[in-house]
Amino acid sequence: MARAEVRPVRRRARKSRTGVDWFLTIMRVAAITVIGLGLLAFIAQEINTDNPFAQWANPDATGLTGAQFQGLIISGVTQGAMYGLIALGYSMVYGVLGFINFAHGEVFMVGAMTGMITSNKLADAGLWESNFVGSLVFIMVVSILVCSLTAVIMERVAYRPLRGSPRLIPLITSIGVSFFLQNASVVLLGPAAKAYPDVPDWIRTKHTFLDIEGAKILVILVAAVSMICLWYFVERTKSGKAMRAVAEDAEIAALMGIDVNRTIVKVFALGGAMAGLAGILWGILFRSVIHTTGFLPGIKAFSAAVVGGIGHLGGAMAGGLSIGVAESVGPLVILEPLGVSGVSQLRDAVAFAVLIGVLLLRPAGLFGERLQAEDRT
Amino acid sequence: MTATLPPTTGPQPGGTQPEAPLAAPRPALAHDWRRIARMGSIAAFGQVFIALSNMPVRLDERLIVKPVLSLGYLVLLILPFAAGYRQGHQIKREGVPTYAPGLNEVVGGLSCGALAGGGLSLLAVLLTHFDLREPLVNWSPILLDLLAFGNATWFAAVIWLVIGGGMGAAGGVLRLLGPRIRRAVVTMALAVAGAAVLESLVVDLAEGLGLETLTDRLYARRGGVNWSSALGLAVVSGLLAVVGRGRFRQARTRVTELEGAKRTQANVGLILLTAAVLIVLPLFAGKLTNELLANVGLFVLLALGLNVVVGLAGILDLGYVAFFAVGSYSAAVLTAATSPKIAPEMPWLAALIVVVIIAGLVGLFIGAPVIRMRGDYLAIVTLGFGEIIRLLFLSDWLSGWFGGSQGITNIPAAGIFGLTDVAGTDPRRVFYLVLAFCALAIYVSWRLEHSRLGRAWMAVREDETVAEAMGINTVNVKLLAFVVGAVLGSFSGAIFAAKVGSVFPTSFLILVSIVILVVVIFGGMGNIIGVIAGSAVLIGVLGGPKQPGLLVEFSEFKLLIYGALLIWMMLARPEGLIPSVRRTRELRQQEMAQDAWLRGEVDDDDGGNGPAGSPSAV
Repeated sequence: MARAEVRPVRRRARKSRTGVDWFLTIMRVAAITVIGLGLLAFIAQEINTDNPFAQWANPDATGLTGAQFQGLIISGVTQGAMYGLIALGYSMVYGVLGFINFAHGEVFMVGAMTGMITSNKLADAGLWESNFVGSLVFIMVVSILVCSLTAVIMERVAYRPLRGSPRLIPLITSIGVSFFLQNASVVLLGPAAKAYPDVPDWIRTKHTFLDIEGAKILVILVAAVSMICLWYFVERTKSGKAMRAVAEDAEIAALMGIDVNRTIVKVFALGGAMAGLAGILWGILFRSVIHTTGFLPGIKAFSAAVVGGIGHLGGAMAGGLSIGVAESVGPLVILEPLGVSGVSQLRDAVAFAVLIGVLLLRPAGLFGERLQAEDRT
Repeated sequence: MTATLPPTTGPQPGGTQPEAPLAAPRPALAHDWRRIARMGSIAAFGQVFIALSNMPVRLDERLIVKPVLSLGYLVLLILPFAAGYRQGHQIKREGVPTYAPGLNEVVGGLSCGALAGGGLSLLAVLLTHFDLREPLVNWSPILLDLLAFGNATWFAAVIWLVIGGGMGAAGGVLRLLGPRIRRAVVTMALAVAGAAVLESLVVDLAEGLGLETLTDRLYARRGGVNWSSALGLAVVSGLLAVVGRGRFRQARTRVTELEGAKRTQANVGLILLTAAVLIVLPLFAGKLTNELLANVGLFVLLALGLNVVVGLAGILDLGYVAFFAVGSYSAAVLTAATSPKIAPEMPWLAALIVVVIIAGLVGLFIGAPVIRMRGDYLAIVTLGFGEIIRLLFLSDWLSGWFGGSQGITNIPAAGIFGLTDVAGTDPRRVFYLVLAFCALAIYVSWRLEHSRLGRAWMAVREDETVAEAMGINTVNVKLLAFVVGAVLGSFSGAIFAAKVGSVFPTSFLILVSIVILVVVIFGGMGNIIGVIAGSAVLIGVLGGPKQPGLLVEFSEFKLLIYGALLIWMMLARPEGLIPSVRRTRELRQQEMAQDAWLRGEVDDDDGGNGPAGSPSAV
């Protein structure tokens, strides 16, 4: 459905080429050239760092070993799984209400903070060490509850009164909500970074059998399980059916006897729960949280939702994984071989570049959008 | 609300409702108690949040009225009062009777306020019995001490119920007063609060003008308005409000009703007067005041630039800080001898020309790919660009050009035709420089707004498809908005570089964009005067992202307040404090259509039948 809407715009653009079109074409070509050159240089380096092409691109090139490459992919997938979990919230809200809930990244931060507080309390009581798995499940449940509540309050206070107003109004409001939550965390909990308690060895060290840290296995497992649960909920239960109906057309859904307000609250709660889960995973993986924790992952998760096609649940997860892998592999595989120094600082820039690139090349995302008709403009 | 509303000028959101006769006051105890409980407990949550945010403790040092009231306690009084006042609000609908205010409002306000105060009572009890200092950094005996006025816990519990109830009842009483007295009361409160907030400014100016005796009488030695002079000030301002009621508005209508040459004369006179005040004022002000004025001016410049993009063309650019950064960095590279790669050491004015060209090109470069995206995607992508530009300035890759995290230091002062050097050490000159550029920016945006291009921007803002059908090249028009905004932003950046003398990537965080956005929205998108007033009030009083304002004590909390303000403005008054007429019409289309319907002025072709005609773009 989405594709049929997109096509006429393209055709018109092709008919009359303006300066902007030429510029965009040049940008596309340049982007593809850079990526292609980088990849070629990378391959050349991998074959032999002394060959002339690799030398020409970057004389100091070293290439990557297989283990390094595997490590990059694994950490990209891990990060990407968390982006995917956050992206689900963006995607569902956009699908149902048609606006970007910019504050969703802060819900994730609230989750990580809740986890920090609860796990430290548990560690004080001695439960964290003695029963790690139980404590982990407990902090996940607490975080899911807190985050769902935050998201629902947010919807009730800031977004519901604005339903039906021009699209940018709730977006600006959500920027305000995001700013407020971030700074509320500063004034209530203090501006310093806060640490999670120590985790047991099997989380921290690499496992012989897959050569991956336990934390990363945990992240991927939890993300997969929650994704399956979410899929079951949305596709197989009555509430999920209501959500899909509201996403398709809220007015008709209301006529069919679906309580639209309630469904929207459920969507926010579900998105909040996923973000809360991601927050805990983030905390376990990086063991440190600060009030700005939510900003970059939030933006990247939004990019992931767009990359996967907004309104599309599987797409959000796939988009998350691709953004995660791109930002972890991209700098070293494309920029480093071209002689860019200090590439690891550019990972965030690469993530944004992926977003811009996808919106330039394929605005509907990889899997196409699922939106209400009037939102596809 | 009541019978004697003065004739409204300009479009009032909500419009003039048909006057319905007021029914007799409701009995004192006939309340929707659930509503009161809900409002009261929300206010109580708010109170606890404010208390735990450390605002009362931190702001306690700042006195408003000498021994009686500090800013810290004031922030704890606002919510019960607001809840009490809000509680008496009656929704006016066709066919629903409106009651005259009476004892009912007071009782309702009292219970609402008491509930709100009760939140603090509960907090005081909890503070004594539990220790939650681990996650909550402000859970401290100091807070308890402040809540209890130095007495025992039970005292705190009782006194906050009483204070909250009192403030709530006062809010209810405010509803009882006639509009005339209410205005006088509000003016009195604002006058005293204003005098206290503007203290350092007033004292500074008075010193320059040789009026120390006056300020010595008004202000206490260690800050705050004297008790007696606060009373005097209140009486005077109250009297003025009663006497001068409507005079101001009359004068304004008289000016707006003037025609042709006379109107122009009046406008020119007004502009000259403002300019004269702004030129003379800094001569009598000290360094701190001038610094403040210069900071406000820089943000006025930025806000005017963003106003072209957001206000006129309706493009939500969240990465506006990118242009500020580009302006700063290119000015730094072109003028500083210490610039790492190329250091042409150009004079500042010559560099400015290059800076404008670079900023325009960057505007084109960022604008071109995003211009066809839908509005909300565009917002996020510009945010991404803003962050990418900062990351590039920060990165090791380009540190050979821009110094990475060390930035570029020792930027020379801005020389103006060899006449003067404008450096941060002399904020007065910086202010004059900023003022000159603000005047330029105001002139440019004013002329643009009424030009063919400005009308095209507004058409695009209202409905892009229709604008295109009318023969406007929407892509070019929007790109031009980007470029104009970029150039105005880069002016501010270039002055900033010369003023501070060094540029670092940390000065260009995304939060700068957000603060400018808040300023523009608060003042009124699309209205030049609104934008200037918004920056003057917010940046002047609360301060910019890194610059202190008049209320220095607020620096920890200003971002929180900006966030809350942004939400509140969007919910309550999206058109801003001083709205642009067209903008209000766009944002309130439905309500206005309904009002027109109520007044019986239905025009069937004009979306008169309500919600169908909702605007598609902001």
